[in-house]
Amino acid sequence: MDLAIRQMEETANLIRQDVIKMIAQAGSGHPAGSLGMADVLTALYFGDEANLDPQKKHNPKRDRVVLSNAHICPVLYSALARRGYFPIKELMTLRRLGSRLQGHSNNHFDIGIETSGGPLSQGISQAVGMAIAGRMDKSPFHVWCLMSDGEFDEGQTWEAFMLAGKLKLGGLTALIDRNRIQISGNTEDVMPLEIFKKKLKAFNWKVIEINGHKMPLIIKAMRRAKNQSKPTAIICHTIPGKGVSFMENKYEWHGKAPNPKEAKQALEELSKL
Amino acid sequence: MKPISLSKYWMYKTVEKKATRDGYGEGLLELGKSNPKVVVLTADVGESTRVLPFQKKYPNRFVECGVAEQNMMGVAAGLALTGKIPFVSSYAVFSPGRNWDQLRVSVCYSKANVKIAGAHTGVSVGPDGATHQALEDMAITRAIPGLVVIAPCDAEETRKCTLAAAAHKGPVYFRFGREKTPVITVKQTPFKIGQANLCREGYDVTIIACGPLLHQTLMAAEMLAEQGIEAEVINSHTIKPLDAKTIVQSVKKTHCAVTVEEHQLMGGLFGAVSECLAKRYPVPVEPIGMPNKFGESGAPDELLAKYGMTKENIVKAALKAINRK
Repeated sequence: MDLAIRQMEETANLIRQDVIKMIAQAGSGHPAGSLGMADVLTALYFGDEANLDPQKKHNPKRDRVVLSNAHICPVLYSALARRGYFPIKELMTLRRLGSRLQGHSNNHFDIGIETSGGPLSQGISQAVGMAIAGRMDKSPFHVWCLMSDGEFDEGQTWEAFMLAGKLKLGGLTALIDRNRIQISGNTEDVMPLEIFKKKLKAFNWKVIEINGHKMPLIIKAMRRAKNQSKPTAIICHTIPGKGVSFMENKYEWHGKAPNPKEAKQALEELSKL
Repeated sequence: MKPISLSKYWMYKTVEKKATRDGYGEGLLELGKSNPKVVVLTADVGESTRVLPFQKKYPNRFVECGVAEQNMMGVAAGLALTGKIPFVSSYAVFSPGRNWDQLRVSVCYSKANVKIAGAHTGVSVGPDGATHQALEDMAITRAIPGLVVIAPCDAEETRKCTLAAAAHKGPVYFRFGREKTPVITVKQTPFKIGQANLCREGYDVTIIACGPLLHQTLMAAEMLAEQGIEAEVINSHTIKPLDAKTIVQSVKKTHCAVTVEEHQLMGGLFGAVSECLAKRYPVPVEPIGMPNKFGESGAPDELLAKYGMTKENIVKAALKAINRK
């Protein structure tokens, strides 16, 4: 394993620790999805595939990142802070009055966040709009839309997939967190999505399935996604709560903060990884 | 303040009639030429929202979204956040009716510079019936922070409104009707977002109207004049931000008011004017509009008569308001 990959894995682990600290401090938030997507966010912000630079955050040619499942914003905030978009110590202000780090991410504070999300599937439609604008302007940027599998319960998500498929938006990639949980249960119990891959393909998307915790695979998939003549969905199979034994694969941790004792145990486990 | 110039034919049968939506189509064509940032979106209603000439001339700046209004609003937000000025064009019952959440978060909360054109508003939509007659659109848009809400009175004002919306920084919602209605204003008539137009001077009652019913309002003022009552008529084309200054100034003189709109009596112009006057200069206000009911199929004139939105109804409301002074 080369050094760069190893460093990125270490960064992902630091981001996971941030997530636990932030949500425990705030007393509310969404740990499961945040922990599960730490590797993908790290690949996005610390890998070479996406054109993202805190020194050039207003560059019209920058890649756009849209967090459609904005409830996992702690992992986005941590990745942005560690990448240099704002001070790391600010992470502990999550969800506090006056904080730039709102309970769901928005674009009010010029800290590298392109738009607002929260109500599910609003991000993917905006990402489609950004990719259309890029094509109209013949601008080379790529749009990376982070999504959850639960978002596919919303009709709007399929509307967005239909339009992107119709327009063959090669400048758009959806990084889908296939962690198989949502608020009230497992996705296949609440609203089954399988055969998920076939459904996405049927909407004229290129579909790549990967283990969302394997850094080299994430990077390789991103590289492939950039060179398609139609939009790409990367189905990232992840473990919700990844790295914390009592949270892993438990939908109960979708939107619950760990108490101080649980947070301590979680941090101990993560620091040993 | 001096009354604005109106078409010299406005009170005659020979007055030109044109649907307000046609003014939208014309405005878009002008913008297509003058502003390369302008893009147009529709949800399979290009013909009836009058955006097809724009599509024909500027195909690369046009997005057909299919019958999917929620996605269309989000796509518009994404376009705006990447520097475009998108015009979202559909029926108001669907947009902003069906995609209000997307309007609230993707557009307004994200400060995306999106313009929303709502067609087929009011009972005068006619035969299509209640489902397609938007009567709540101003209430649901007016409640969202930062969103401008406009109801132009005729095709010419709609054309100007379309240009003004593009020039305005920030989200704008404007509505129009389906039927041909009298063109009251002329090219020289001023139009500025947030600035109401005084159409007729008077001192007995202030009648504040928006949308094509302004024509019935002006006719009603002439009928009142025959009875020796001089009504002041204000075209409050912008419902939000309401031109409180012009309205309060007039009411200080007349001490009573009537509001006229093709919209539910809750949350629209009556709501906006009442909120303003309750705070700044309380006087009796009588409303003309949809009285907490759904519409139905019928001819536009029949429906306006059935639900009390004719010049005769406006005269009655004015007399009532004067009696309550």
